[in-house]
Amino acid sequence: MIDLDDTDRAILRALQNDGGQSAAAVGKKVGLSQPACWRRIKALQTAGVIRPRAVVLNKESLGFGVSVFLGIKLATKGRVSLEDFERAVTAIPEVQVVQHVLGLYDYRLRVVARDLADFERVLRRRIMTLPGVGDVEANVVLSEERRDISL
Amino acid sequence: MRMLDDLDRRLLRLLQDDASLGSTELAARAGASAASCWRRVERMQRDGIIQGYHVAIDPKALGLMVEVSLRVSLDKTHANAFDEFINEARKIRHVNEIQTFLGRVDVRLNVLARDMAHYQEIYRRQILALPHIADIEALMLVANVKNSEALPL
Repeated sequence: MIDLDDTDRAILRALQNDGGQSAAAVGKKVGLSQPACWRRIKALQTAGVIRPRAVVLNKESLGFGVSVFLGIKLATKGRVSLEDFERAVTAIPEVQVVQHVLGLYDYRLRVVARDLADFERVLRRRIMTLPGVGDVEANVVLSEERRDISL
Repeated sequence: MRMLDDLDRRLLRLLQDDASLGSTELAARAGASAASCWRRVERMQRDGIIQGYHVAIDPKALGLMVEVSLRVSLDKTHANAFDEFINEARKIRHVNEIQTFLGRVDVRLNVLARDMAHYQEIYRRQILALPHIADIEALMLVANVKNSEALPL
């Protein structure tokens, strides 16, 4: 873990607010020249503090109207390897997030689909056929808000 | 709205893989001229298909080592249970995601904490103080196996 100073935190706040800004624009906000700011951003990337810039697409206008969160319990713990399950589940294109968790379920998934019929197809053909899959609980997302991590 | 063609989709797929691609590199991989790629990206931005760019921060790098997904059922006998719960949950600075659902779970809160002691303090003092909670289940993150916003285009 690298030590972040106040300038790093200011850069992170600016990027969290709008990830599309150039190094020059971020630098202007935090009082750094473009090259100095670019070097800091690169260093933050190299240290794994920030991930590379990702494009944000409008799901609805691209025809993806449904997001579903799944809780999955493995049926045959010990007999099926977690690696086999993880390899198979991460290969499903509609599955955006896979988290290994502790609690009522073993895995948390986020699945995107065109509509409920499309989701049902993904659930039946791809999720329910995963190696070792047991209990599955689905909750359809109605609304979502993400908030900045406080820095 | 204008229909997207194969080149548009190819550009979106490339940008989903790597949004830092320069325009010449993007054009080379998409197999089209830089000028026409630029025009299409520009137009998809104008149409709101490309909404912007996001830089994800790793909470662990900020010393937030504990991440818990709280699944909350609300007491729906109160007419304003959802609104009142969410308004109060927004004030907790360690909550970085709030989703509402159709299903067995009503609301999900994602909580980030420095360590277990810090999490316990947030949970007892702030989460349990939220209004109209009927039941809470916690899923503690062990590992992120896949984390991508990419759409299957």
